[in-house]
Amino acid sequence: GFFVWRLKGAGTGHTPCQFVHLCRGANDRLITFQYFNFLKRMYVTQYNKDLSQRAKPKPDPVVSPFHELQQLDQEKKVIHQISPISPVHQPWPETSRRNELREVESAAESEASATPVRAEPKEDRQWKEMKLRLDELPGILARLSKIKLTALVVSTASAGFAMAPVPFDLTCFLLASLGTGLASCAANSINQFFEVPFDSNMNRTKNRPLVRGQISPLLAVCFAASCGVPGIALLTLGVNPLTGALGAFNIFLYTCCYTPLKRMSIANTWVGAVVGAIPPVMGWTAATGTLDAGALLLGGILYSWQFPHFNALSWGLREDYSRGGYCMMSVTHPGLCRRVALRHCLALIGLSAVAPVLDVTTWTFPIVSLPINLYISYLGFRFYRDADRGSSRKLFFCSLWHLPMLLLVMFTCKKSGLDKEDKNQLLGESHGRAVEMRLP
Amino acid sequence: PPPHSHSDWIGPPDKHSNLRPVIFYVPPEESALERRLREARQENQACNQHFWARHNRAFRQEKEEFIYSRLKAKGLEMRDETGQKATLNAEEMADFYKDFLSKNFRKHMQYNRDWYKRNFTITFLMGQVALARALRWLRWKKKIVE
Repeated sequence: GFFVWRLKGAGTGHTPCQFVHLCRGANDRLITFQYFNFLKRMYVTQYNKDLSQRAKPKPDPVVSPFHELQQLDQEKKVIHQISPISPVHQPWPETSRRNELREVESAAESEASATPVRAEPKEDRQWKEMKLRLDELPGILARLSKIKLTALVVSTASAGFAMAPVPFDLTCFLLASLGTGLASCAANSINQFFEVPFDSNMNRTKNRPLVRGQISPLLAVCFAASCGVPGIALLTLGVNPLTGALGAFNIFLYTCCYTPLKRMSIANTWVGAVVGAIPPVMGWTAATGTLDAGALLLGGILYSWQFPHFNALSWGLREDYSRGGYCMMSVTHPGLCRRVALRHCLALIGLSAVAPVLDVTTWTFPIVSLPINLYISYLGFRFYRDADRGSSRKLFFCSLWHLPMLLLVMFTCKKSGLDKEDKNQLLGESHGRAVEMRLP
Repeated sequence: PPPHSHSDWIGPPDKHSNLRPVIFYVPPEESALERRLREARQENQACNQHFWARHNRAFRQEKEEFIYSRLKAKGLEMRDETGQKATLNAEEMADFYKDFLSKNFRKHMQYNRDWYKRNFTITFLMGQVALARALRWLRWKKKIVE
């Protein structure tokens, strides 16, 4: 089926919406292009709001990716903290969180959100009745669950599923995606539940539903439970127990480890990176049922990606972090922050080279991905050396398109394995002939 | 908020604490449980307000002092020829941010613990109140049927 994704500046309400059509199926290409586009917009507009206070409204209709890029280059930016998933950061959290992304919104909600920029601040200064309105509920829940970030998480899980060397099973794919999405919604809601006073004090997060009193904490917890329990159950019973266990573990890691750790020690970034790395592993285990080297490699790639992404992002948020009491490398150990970002950019090159060794992709993958990996490493190096806002922004924005591009290339270079019987037959028939690899 | 309203009202963010104040509605037949909940929420609001207002004020003050001392060290005035307030760039401010964060670490740890406790208590009380109300409603419905 087709899903209409409405892109919206998370929580700011300043950005007009862009329609993105996502084709559910094995069509990763479309997913990656669209989500990259969407990511760029989201981050740019967030940046705009926070730094320059001059939010430029963007045109509504769908624009081609390249046109988008031009527009974006002309604008200033800002970034946002982790945030679950949503993040992130990327993925689940805030950290990945850092990547708060998309939302599926009802038409009614989008109508309401497409109000002009000026309306928001005025409305904000009024007293509001704390009564739950049913027509607002979908939008509120979407924001609570950081639906955009959740969608990103689901897409990394689908990438994991697609890369697994087994025949594509649509039902399994849909169940795994749905289960992962529900689990992510639950984790993000709990994260927001824990962080109300802190979110109020940070520019990026001050428009969240719990902060604005649009929903009660009790309802937030109930919603989280009603997403999390069916989500994990779906994964355990409908897919396989391993995926369910990973999903449950990830929720725990994000809500009970990462969220409190954010205020206690810089180790939160590493934990957050693991949280972001687990969804593709879940996708893989959903397809194959086992945790093999390919799954760990994919997880490793996402783990390494988190660092340049998040560290670059957090560089521009140091004031808010410092005041809010968040322990982030960019504030307490700036040198380490940049070193780690660079280190992991280089690690991405290494991991890409390992992929063919593990039979995940053909040898074309490390070769084709080398340019983009080198480019992000170059930006990582510039960030390391210059340590200024410009280089951090460049690195951050590069990370936004780098990941979808990398996953896309990986998918196109996927090693399609022939069945064992076929292989034996072929080998039996032709001793000297090389087995031809078909691209999917 | 209007006097006839039966729900809580939430206002715009406070200037100092950035938190949104809530005016709680006190129903005429408030049960003991509901009163406990309301008082817990009021106490939470007061604690949060107190902490953040003080914290943010301290931040602003220390930031000003830091900028002033740094500018003095560089030999510049607080305001330049055009009357604009002189500021330091992000890299220079980084030292201040790091310092401020480490100075307030213990304070934040304490606040975190308190906040988590209060949050759980309030949410649990909300659950109890919701359950009590549901049971009351069911009993009332049963009465109507009889």
